[in-house]
Amino acid sequence: MNGIAFDRVSFAYTGRPVLDDVSFDLPEGEFCLLVGPTGAGKSTLLKTVNGLVPHFTGGTISGRITVAGREVHGSTPADLADLVGYVGQEPLAGFVTDEVERELAYTAEQLGVDPAAMRKRVTEIVDLLGLADVRDRDLAALSSGQRQRVAIGAALVAGPAALVLDEPTSALDPTAADEVLSALHRLVHDLGVTVFLAEHRLERVAQYADSALLLNSGKVTAGPVGEVLAVSPVAPPVVDLGRLAGWPGPPVTIREARRHAAGLRETLAGLVPASVVETPTGPPLLEARGVTVDYPGGVRAVNGTDLVAGRGERIALMGRNGSGKSSLLWALQGTGRRSGGTVAIAGTDPATRKPAERRTLAGLVPAEPADLLYAETVAAECEGADRDGRAPNGTCAKILADLVEGVAAQAHPRDLSEGQRLALALAVTLTAAPPLLLLDEPTRGLDYPGKAALANRLGRLAEAGHCVVVSTHDVEFGADFASRVVILSDGEVVADGPARQILSASPMFSPQVEKVLPGWLTVAEVAAALGNGTGDDKDD
Amino acid sequence: MTNPVRRTTHPVAWWGWALFLATAAGRTGNPWLLLLIIAVAGLVVTWCRGSEPWSGAYRVFLFIGLSAIAVRMAFYVVFGGSDGPTVLFSLPSATLPAWAAGFRLGGDVTAEGALAAAYDGLRLATLLICVGAANALASPRRLLRSVPAALYEVSVAVVVALSVAPQLVESVGRVRRARALRGNTSRSPANLMRTVVSPILHDALDRSLALAAAMASRGYGRATGIPAPARRATEASLLIGLIGLCAGAYALLGAATPAPLAWATVAVSAGIAVFGIAFASKRVPHTRYRPDRFGARDWAVVASGAAAVVGTVLSGASFASAVESAALWPATNPLTVPDLPMWAAGGILLAAAPALLVPSSRGGTP
Repeated sequence: MNGIAFDRVSFAYTGRPVLDDVSFDLPEGEFCLLVGPTGAGKSTLLKTVNGLVPHFTGGTISGRITVAGREVHGSTPADLADLVGYVGQEPLAGFVTDEVERELAYTAEQLGVDPAAMRKRVTEIVDLLGLADVRDRDLAALSSGQRQRVAIGAALVAGPAALVLDEPTSALDPTAADEVLSALHRLVHDLGVTVFLAEHRLERVAQYADSALLLNSGKVTAGPVGEVLAVSPVAPPVVDLGRLAGWPGPPVTIREARRHAAGLRETLAGLVPASVVETPTGPPLLEARGVTVDYPGGVRAVNGTDLVAGRGERIALMGRNGSGKSSLLWALQGTGRRSGGTVAIAGTDPATRKPAERRTLAGLVPAEPADLLYAETVAAECEGADRDGRAPNGTCAKILADLVEGVAAQAHPRDLSEGQRLALALAVTLTAAPPLLLLDEPTRGLDYPGKAALANRLGRLAEAGHCVVVSTHDVEFGADFASRVVILSDGEVVADGPARQILSASPMFSPQVEKVLPGWLTVAEVAAALGNGTGDDKDD
Repeated sequence: MTNPVRRTTHPVAWWGWALFLATAAGRTGNPWLLLLIIAVAGLVVTWCRGSEPWSGAYRVFLFIGLSAIAVRMAFYVVFGGSDGPTVLFSLPSATLPAWAAGFRLGGDVTAEGALAAAYDGLRLATLLICVGAANALASPRRLLRSVPAALYEVSVAVVVALSVAPQLVESVGRVRRARALRGNTSRSPANLMRTVVSPILHDALDRSLALAAAMASRGYGRATGIPAPARRATEASLLIGLIGLCAGAYALLGAATPAPLAWATVAVSAGIAVFGIAFASKRVPHTRYRPDRFGARDWAVVASGAAAVVGTVLSGASFASAVESAALWPATNPLTVPDLPMWAAGGILLAAAPALLVPSSRGGTP
C-alpha cells in the first residue's frame, strides 16, 4: 500500500507552468522533505495533495494523484479532510476556534465522529503532542511552538493517512522547532502517518527525514536525503561542508559529519579564520541605557537593557521567540513603546522627534516588510519614498538597484519574491539615510542564496558606515552576518560579545559548521582558509 | 494528567437566570427591590464566575448602569417629567411652541420629579446589570455552542467574527506603526485611505482567504448527503417560522390586530420554526465535542431566577395586602420612604441560591 503517489502530474496557472510531468511515490509512513529554491512551487505541490490546488487557486492540473490508494482528482479539500491533514506556515491564521481542545476537535466535529470516539481521539493527540498542560487554555495564550503543535494535532484528529506541512518551523526559534520536529518524528513512528514537509531551514529538518524530493523549475528529483541535497541549489551548511571536503554521502547530520571530520580538522589545525575584526572608531553611534518596555497587563518585554554600538558594527540580536527582540528594536527606533531608560542615536533621543525626523536617525524594517509598502508599482513606491524622505528624485530607485538587480519597475510590490520585497523595503528605509539600521526577523521566507545575499548587502552597508542591528533566531544567518552577537532572554541581555566567541559557547545558537569544526563558523571561512575558492557563493 | 473535571453550569441556565432577574426588575419600580436585585446579581457573579477574560463584564455593566441613571437624571433636569410641590432649584426656562406641549426646557426641578427619574433610571440600570451578570457568568461564545445543530453554520460565522475582531485591532496597530516608520504623518483622507485603510483591507482579505482554505482542508462544508428536497423543506420552514414570529410580535405590540389572532400567529410560527430546527438538527452530519449538558443543578439555577419573578407576581396579586401591591410602584408625590414588598423581596433573595449551589470555578484551571 502506498502513501502519496504522483503519476505524471502537471500543473499550470494561466500560461505559467509550475509542475511539469511530476512522478514520485512515497511509501506509507515515510518522512519526506521537499526542498527547492524560493518560488519553485513547493507550496503548490503540497497543496495539490489535498486539493487546495486547484480548488482555491485556479489553474489547470493533469495527471493522477493518489493518497493511500484513493484518487484525489475531483474531490474538494473538505472531502479529503479524513485522508490528508494540511498544516500551513502561520498556525494562527488557520485557527477556527479559540481554545486548544475545541480546535483539536474541530475536524472531528466536521466529519461527524461519534462524541465518545472523539474524546478518546483528542486525548490521544494531546498526549502524543505533549499538549496536556495547555489543553484547556486559550490559543492566544500559547507560545509559537505550542501553537504549531496544536495545528498539527488539529490536522491529525481525523486520523488522516498523510500529513502535509508547509514550512512548519520557519517562524520558530531553534528550541520550539525542535519540539515540533520531534513531535512529528514520533507521529511517523507511532501512527505510521506519511509526512510530506517543505522547509527552508534545512539544517533543522534534514536529520529527521527519511527521503527528500527536490523541486526545481517544475521537475522533481527523488532519493535519499544526502544524494538529493548534494545536487540541490539549496543545502544546509553541513552538506556544503561535505561537498567542499569531498566527504562521501554527503553527510546530512552533524554526527555523520563529525565521523569524517578528523582529516579536515588536521588540515585546518594551523590556520585561523580570516575574519576582519573591525574595532569601531570614534564615539558610539547608539547608546541605550536601562531600556525597559512594559505592556499593559504587567508584561515586561524588555528589562533594563544596555546596548552601545558604533558605526560599522554588524550586530545580531538573538534569543527565543518572545524574548523581547522586536520590542527592543522598536524601542530603539523610537516609534515603539519605551517605559524607562534612555536612548541616544548620535546624541539625540529619537522618541522625542517627529516620525519624519526620527527615520533619519534610525531606520527599521519590520518583520512584515510589506507593511512599509503601499504603492501599486515598484516605481511608484520609490517615488513615494523620495517624497516621504524629501530626497532628490531617483534616490530610492538608485539604492534599490544597488541592493538587488532585476526588479521590474512596473511589478506590484506584493508580486515580488520575498528577497526582492525585503530589498525594496530596505531601499525605502535607506532613502532617509539613517546611520542606524534595524531589521526585525528579515530571513523568514528566504532560502540559502537569499540569506547569503542579504548578509552580503548588510555587510556592505556596515562597511559604508551604517550600524546594522538584526534580530533573528536563524543561527546560520547570524553566523554568516554578524560581527557581534547579543543574546536576549526574558528581556535581559544574557550574553554580548564577538560573534565567534558567543556563538561557539551557546549550544542553542551555534551553527552547524562550528559543531563539526570547533572555532569555524561558516563554510565560506573554511573554503577561504583552504584556499580553493568559494565553497558557497556569497553573491546571488 | 490529573486535571480535575470542572463541571460548569450550563450557559443557557445562567442566561435564563439573569433574564428572569431582569424580568423581575422590569416588574417593579421599588428602589429597595432593585438594589436587592443588583446585590444578588453581584453576589452570584462574585461567587460563581470563572477566571476567563470576559469575567470582568459585570463591573463594566455596573458602570454602564450608573451612567444610565446619570443620563436619566440629566434628561429630567433639562426636559422635565412628573412634577411635585417641593422645588429644589429653578433653571432658566424657554417657552416651547404649542406643538411641543408636554415638554419643557429648563424651569423648576422638584424633589418628587427627581426621585421618580432616579427610580426609573435605577430600573434601567438594573436591567443592564442583569445582562452584565449573564455575560460575566457565561460568555456569549459559550452560549453559541449550545445553539441547535441546525444553526451550526450561523454559530460558526459568529465565532469566526468574534475571533477576527481582535486581529483587526492588531492589524490597525501594525499598519499605523509602519506608517510612522515611513515618516508619514499626513492626515488627509486620501492619504489615510491609501496608507491605512487599504493595507488593513488587504490584510483582512488575505486572512479570510487563509482561514477559508484552512477550514476547507479541515472538512468544513463537506458534501453532507442530505437529499435536496429535505434540505429545502427545512430551510423553508425556518424562514416562514421566523417571518411569522416577526409578524406576530408586531401584531402583539400594535393595537390594530385583535389579541387572539396575534397570539395565534406567534404560536403557529414558533411551532413551525421549532419544527424546522428540530427536523434539521437530526440531519446535520456534524457532532459536538463535549457538549454542555443541562443537569439538575442547571434547572435549580433557572428555578431560583424564576422565584424572583414569582415573588413580584405574588406581591401584585389580589390576595396580597394593598400596601404590598402599591409598594411595587411606589409613589413619589408626596415624598415618602417606600415600603418593602415582602413576597417580592423573598423571591429575589431566593435568586441568590446559585451562590450556594454552584462551586466557584475560579482557580480550577492553572
